[in-house]
Amino acid sequence: MTPILEVRDIHTFIGQFHILEGVSATVHTGGITVLLGRNGAGKTTTLRSIMGLTPPTRGSILLDGTPIHGKQAHTIAQMGVGYVPEHRAIFRSLTVLENLRLAERKKGDFAHQADFIFELFPDLKRLIELPGGNLSGGQQQMLAVARALVPENRLLLIDEPSEGLAPVIIEQLIAAIQRLSGQVSVLLVEQNFRVASKLGQNYVIIDSGHSALDGRMADLVKDQALIQRYLGVA
Amino acid sequence: MRSQRTSLIAIFVILIFLLGVALINSNSLGDFGITLLSGLFQGMLLFLVAAGMSIVFGLMDVLNMAQGSYFMVGAYVAFDVQHTGGLIDLTNIIPDPNFRFVVAVLAAVLVGAAFGYVLERFLLRSLYSRPIFQLVLTFGVSLVALELVKFIWTTTPYSWTELFGVRESFFELFGQRFSTYRLFVVGMGIALIVAIGLLLQRSRIGIIIRAGVEDREMVQALGIHVRSVFTLVFTLGCAIAAFGGAVAAPFLGASTTLGSGFLLQAIAVVVLGGMGSYAGTAVGSVLVGLAIAVAQDTAIGTSFAALPSITPMLLLVLVLLVRPSGLFGNSR
Repeated sequence: MTPILEVRDIHTFIGQFHILEGVSATVHTGGITVLLGRNGAGKTTTLRSIMGLTPPTRGSILLDGTPIHGKQAHTIAQMGVGYVPEHRAIFRSLTVLENLRLAERKKGDFAHQADFIFELFPDLKRLIELPGGNLSGGQQQMLAVARALVPENRLLLIDEPSEGLAPVIIEQLIAAIQRLSGQVSVLLVEQNFRVASKLGQNYVIIDSGHSALDGRMADLVKDQALIQRYLGVA
Repeated sequence: MRSQRTSLIAIFVILIFLLGVALINSNSLGDFGITLLSGLFQGMLLFLVAAGMSIVFGLMDVLNMAQGSYFMVGAYVAFDVQHTGGLIDLTNIIPDPNFRFVVAVLAAVLVGAAFGYVLERFLLRSLYSRPIFQLVLTFGVSLVALELVKFIWTTTPYSWTELFGVRESFFELFGQRFSTYRLFVVGMGIALIVAIGLLLQRSRIGIIIRAGVEDREMVQALGIHVRSVFTLVFTLGCAIAAFGGAVAAPFLGASTTLGSGFLLQAIAVVVLGGMGSYAGTAVGSVLVGLAIAVAQDTAIGTSFAALPSITPMLLLVLVLLVRPSGLFGNSR
């Protein structure tokens, strides 16, 4: 499998703080790689660094072999990277339709993807005229993922999609993200190990700002000692 | 929901109070009509300064202290184009004063837009993460603009002498003569309120602006070049202020005090309406305009000559006591 994203030894500062001290990760085309780690390990900062929102000061990031480090967020997005941030970042005063239309990179993007999006998230169809701020947490999460699917993205960066959601909504999201597998590559940050292990084919563990371990998710699931050591779950 | 109700009640109470005082001050329905029209006229002029300020603040977190200067420059450019002997003398090329006024307004809008573009693109852009520096810069720009205006047009205030269609006509209502031009400005203001409202609600750029007011970073992460939108919005805001100055000039003339006077009132409008809220700015402009007109009537024959100039701030304090984030503002 060819890598769509290669993150090589990136270092990122937020103000004075050295948050990422050498993170490397690879996402294969059509696959789902999960970033794992304890709270504050640097998972969200890794996604933000890839997206150009908190640019790295050292290291390189390649998208399909093209360097994207140093580029601005809007350029990286235009190159085919979709971002679903932690806490969803839904525009509360905009309707569901406006939230989706905003993500169009060329006219007709939404019309082209509408059937697929509503098949994945049927609830959004009946909520289309409601302001984003009126949706429940689960509905907002679905909208956030749907928004990233409007343009033809090659890679999705999804941050903590299951956070704060009811189990039944989490199952719907898992099913939706699993359906994306093969069509679009995904780098997923997920604190919930059960969700992560269901979705990911590969994993990277980030520990105190650097990538400590990576490999196949199937192998990690069998290694309880490793899970306990790095993630604190058994 | 509850805060919305509080805002609506506050607007209703202020309106009833202002209309009540206006009615008490008036000797006839004609007087009452004049106060009302004068209030709407001043409100619309305030809106033209405050609209750009409010949208720019909402999207970019920049409080443009030079906004009043664009209003002043707009007035001077329009005056210059309309009259003989100015920098640009079009009286021979365009002898029809009506058509020349249209050109004068367009020239003012273009100059305002050009200066707005230069300020955002070359001065302000590097200071987005430094709010205090932005304030100092835009205040400095307003001083430079003032000196430039004095240098070009001197400090002598100009009264508009070149009359044209709507500026020289009057209409009668309840036995009183009303200037058609005031009505024209009110109409232009209302048209602009609707036009900007439609732009914000219906167009893609409007959706981007509304989204940017909430979360600029996410807009950028969706592939939209927010900096270009900043430039466009800032330029538009300055052009609207210059337009305001141009349409105000036939009534108020052109003077170096125009900018500072309107700036303070516009700040009161923007804060009173709720920082960054377009609807708040529109409603706030009407309320402050009416309040100033009522205060002007009340002050006649009394020793409270300063009442009209302090009224916007008094109203602001009252509103903030009830709604600390302004009538339509959020609590950020």
